[in-house]
Amino acid sequence: MEEYQMQILVCGATNCRNNHSSDIVDNLKLELEAFALDKKVKVVKTSCFGLCGHGPVVKILPDGTVYTGVTVEDISDIINEHILKGRKVEKLLYRDPVTGKTLTDENQLSVLKKQLRIVLRNCGIIDPENIEDAISRGAYLALGKVLTEMQPDEVIKIIKDSGLRGRGGGGFPTGVKWEIARKNASDEKYVVCNADEGDPGAFMDRSVLEGDPHAVLEAMAICGYCIGASKGLVYIRAEYPLAVKRLKIAIEQAREYGLLGKDIMGTGFDFDIEIRYGAGAFVCGEETALIHSMEGLRGEPTVKPPYPAQSGFRGKPTNVNNVETFACVAPIILKGAEWFSSIGTAKSKGTKVFALAGKINNVGLIEVPMGTTLREVIFEIGGGIRGGKKFKAVQTGGPSGGCLTEKHLDIPIDFDNLTAAGSMMGSGGMIVMDEDDCMVAVAKFYLDFTVEESCGKCAPCRIGNKRLHELLEHICKGHGTRADLDRLRNMSVVIKDTALCGLGQTSPNPVLSTLDNFFDEYLAHVEDKKCPAGKCRDLMQYVIIKENCVGCTACARVCPVNAISGERKEPHYINPAICIKCGACMEKCKFDAIVIR
Amino acid sequence: MEKVKLTIDNKTIEVPKGTTIAKAAKMLGIEVPLLCHMELHDLGIENKPAGCRICVVEVEGRRNLAPSCVTTCEEGMVVRTHTTRVLNARRTVMEFILSDHPKDCLICPKSGNCELQDMAIRLGIREIPGQEIAEMSTYRKDTSPSIIRDLDKCIMCRRCEMMCNEVQTVGALSAINRGFMAVVAPAFEQNLEHSPCTYCGQCVAVCPTGALTEVNHTPEVLRALADPSKVVVVQTAPAVRVALGEEFGLKPGTIVTGKMVSALRALGFDYVFDTDFAADLTIMEEGTELLDRLTRYLKGDASAKLPILTSCCPGWVNFFEYYYPDLKDVPSTAKSPQQMFGAIAKTYFADKIGVDRKNLVVVSVMPCLAKKYECQRSEFSTDGNPDVDYSISTRELAAFIRQANIDFNNLPDDEFDLPLGESTGAGVIFGTTGGVIEAAVRTAYELYTGKKLGRIDFTELRGFEGVRSATVDFGDLKLNIGIAHGLGNARKLLDEVRSGKSKFHAIEIMACPGGCIGGGGQPLHHGNSEILKARAAAIYQEDRNKPLRKSHENPVIIKLYEEFLGKPNSDKAHKLLHTHYFERKKKIIVKP
Repeated sequence: MEEYQMQILVCGATNCRNNHSSDIVDNLKLELEAFALDKKVKVVKTSCFGLCGHGPVVKILPDGTVYTGVTVEDISDIINEHILKGRKVEKLLYRDPVTGKTLTDENQLSVLKKQLRIVLRNCGIIDPENIEDAISRGAYLALGKVLTEMQPDEVIKIIKDSGLRGRGGGGFPTGVKWEIARKNASDEKYVVCNADEGDPGAFMDRSVLEGDPHAVLEAMAICGYCIGASKGLVYIRAEYPLAVKRLKIAIEQAREYGLLGKDIMGTGFDFDIEIRYGAGAFVCGEETALIHSMEGLRGEPTVKPPYPAQSGFRGKPTNVNNVETFACVAPIILKGAEWFSSIGTAKSKGTKVFALAGKINNVGLIEVPMGTTLREVIFEIGGGIRGGKKFKAVQTGGPSGGCLTEKHLDIPIDFDNLTAAGSMMGSGGMIVMDEDDCMVAVAKFYLDFTVEESCGKCAPCRIGNKRLHELLEHICKGHGTRADLDRLRNMSVVIKDTALCGLGQTSPNPVLSTLDNFFDEYLAHVEDKKCPAGKCRDLMQYVIIKENCVGCTACARVCPVNAISGERKEPHYINPAICIKCGACMEKCKFDAIVIR
Repeated sequence: MEKVKLTIDNKTIEVPKGTTIAKAAKMLGIEVPLLCHMELHDLGIENKPAGCRICVVEVEGRRNLAPSCVTTCEEGMVVRTHTTRVLNARRTVMEFILSDHPKDCLICPKSGNCELQDMAIRLGIREIPGQEIAEMSTYRKDTSPSIIRDLDKCIMCRRCEMMCNEVQTVGALSAINRGFMAVVAPAFEQNLEHSPCTYCGQCVAVCPTGALTEVNHTPEVLRALADPSKVVVVQTAPAVRVALGEEFGLKPGTIVTGKMVSALRALGFDYVFDTDFAADLTIMEEGTELLDRLTRYLKGDASAKLPILTSCCPGWVNFFEYYYPDLKDVPSTAKSPQQMFGAIAKTYFADKIGVDRKNLVVVSVMPCLAKKYECQRSEFSTDGNPDVDYSISTRELAAFIRQANIDFNNLPDDEFDLPLGESTGAGVIFGTTGGVIEAAVRTAYELYTGKKLGRIDFTELRGFEGVRSATVDFGDLKLNIGIAHGLGNARKLLDEVRSGKSKFHAIEIMACPGGCIGGGGQPLHHGNSEILKARAAAIYQEDRNKPLRKSHENPVIIKLYEEFLGKPNSDKAHKLLHTHYFERKKKIIVKP
């Protein structure tokens, strides 16, 4: 039996892996062997710590020191200083972007202080490819308890009382969903985990699947027990190869240990799980489209009702839940509904995982109790706006959500508050924008995505989104009119009101929320033909500042369209009618004489 | 049965649970506009993707508008079908659809007969905003022997896909691509002629716009008529005469045989003949074949294959050549009436009038689009000269009549020419499901038993259920008959034949739901199955109107055998009037 005195946890998730964290793991092991310490110090490749902006991340246990930006060259320092002599390596310590101070104890990190990791309880701690790690942290205890001590109705009651609501974006009470599936009698039922995670920039589900897949498998089995299903299906997007690999390993190991398959833990309960792959369609995250995709049909949504709990996969009662929703189940069973419902707000219980991105210092994955304010998330946990710029807006809910502004910063985050403010929780994407972001361009950016991802079945989404996108492009090119803004609004309202599924019903949200909160920016685009944020190229001009220009003619020589005129040693001039805004002149100028206005 | 009470536009109604809002509204006299939705109630066919969103209505308590074609009524529901919110939404959605549609109305083959055009008129659309910057979704035009796909005009109603996959089970069409560029096309974006398409034309029959139309062969017919060196002969299928009148505003089911003949004569055809004559001929050949196989089978001859399948429907022939090539020897070898007519016209009749077959042009008027493909099949020609030169549909004939300035409704009745215009009631009933086999039974009974038929109407073979069966008493033999219309239903019977489990002696199959009266070339029914029922009833009425009702009593047929063919299935008859089938499985050609 190995007795380790210390553990070095190295983040092996995508961002850190891209920065050679695997090499760090390998080299650490070699060095420790060289020092004959490999039996005393264990190196563990874990999953996401959540500090994606500061990777590769290394954590030393038991003292909890967090090192950021680690490279292979730092390894000898870590071993010589920290492991052998107990002295922290200052230059690698996490530096708080707000205070500038280095922090040695992970509990001091403001980025981690306000977080409450329930869903991510094991991420960054266990080796996800070793089921024993997960079991040592409590995996499958809940399933055991449920199978040996509880009846399905009891379990469902606990989930209902906990107040758990779907984390995929819909926010539907999970316990109620399970109850409906339970009540619909059928010879066959299915449990489906929606791991399609299509929102661009969202990686909450990926982190759970890569970091703690058993959390999901166990919960699916519990759900199967409750509703009367013996088959589970995980629909995972094919673009997540590592998560797929980890899931496969986890499923196999669970089967080996008698935790999945026939007669689980000898209780007579059968439940097994299959993996199904997506094929690159965002719309297949919609539950009916997902189901049809699994059935081998075109991945298009169909009208609800009937809901999947009534008639889903192959026409049988099917319970579809998001990865994160499932990850909440085991702790609720073990710690109780009261515990879970004591966290969060009146109508939104528990925690939520957010993928924090954009113009923020601490990009990465965070998990906070519902009710945490946007201000806390952005300025404390997120470490504030990068480069000291001014906060402008935060987009929540991905392409289905809206932009919230300064005046919304003190809103306690929960399902209903965000919806009431004109956005939505969505699956947890949170993109922070600063003064340099153009809100009209932001709306267009989201429509770029939804136009491509519309399945094409219903007219308002298929054609309406396209027309919305065209009009936004038109406006960003400087050809829009005031009347176009009314058209934007009407089209958006009608698309929302008539689209067949959630994709079309929410795709106009970025347009509507930016029209509501940043109307002046739209007006500037159509009436003044200017982009206040300086983002929309076609509305900007490249201008030579006479005072700075020495007439070196370097810009004129590099201009591909001969838009620059001027005599040697005289200030030059860019003709806006010819200029194609390629930026070559600005790059060439050594005198800071060219600016974009 | 459980009922629910609800209010629509302040009117209350009680309806059976499960009724949709649109249907309940109709019962109240409220016509909610429907576009992609289509139902052929009597055939059990419904298309309800709920994708056009034109039928949306306001339902109190529901966050967004509800598609009334699929939303079921609930107790206490309060529905409003024309609030400003609904009207604005409907108009805006229509503007979306029109914004991505070619503005070709004036020259579109569907103009005047287009459901999208009707809807735009009904909704009072007067402008389509954003046209200066609007991109149009476009796709290459696809022309096959029978059907033209002009997908720029497709509104993604999915009716064609539904018919092809669910009703016909041919599977030639499916939605491909995503979003704005989504379109309905064969797999791997093949052209239709490289797909399993049977040219049954049911897709054309249900398409609400000009996206799916037939290949127009009228120009070729016009050229032939104008050519003084050509003798142009026309044959008309039974299903045409009970539907042609609809194109001129007459009630569905009006029998316009006399006017049709008048019109054809006015158009300039030298001889106006009747495909029903050839139908009688088909019965002679096929009936004999049935009896031959039957008697050999009953004697224990293992080479006698039963059941015998009718083979007059080219859509159906294409279907089994593609999907059941292993059963190639099972169908009757008799050609279709169209082709038998052509063969006889270009030999027997051409000789009679002393015209070389190359100068005899045979035109057929058919309710069918597969006939256009059939007459081009290489086995149906002699030295490169086809037995039937051109096939035009009922719709094309109507257009032709209009172009020739003929006032159809005021035409006097005229009679078919002899010899090839003489037919019995048995020939007429070929036009509807159950008719071919009933005609065959009328003759087979008398030939087999040697007795006269007690009753001529075999009503047990009639009806619209997709798969029917009946047993006809032939004395010492109980003939088990199976009938299927719609290729999906045909597949059911064929699977039984393939697995050896079929209990039928004879099976009649028609590719089109309803039979030929519902063919791809008929006046469009726009989802009203009452029209199909009226046409079928008219067919049986025309049968009753005829003095002779059994094929073997047709005097011209009797003379034809005496003078020319000898007897059914003679060498000459076999050479002219029988055919064989091919395996039609296609290789998929994927462009790199």
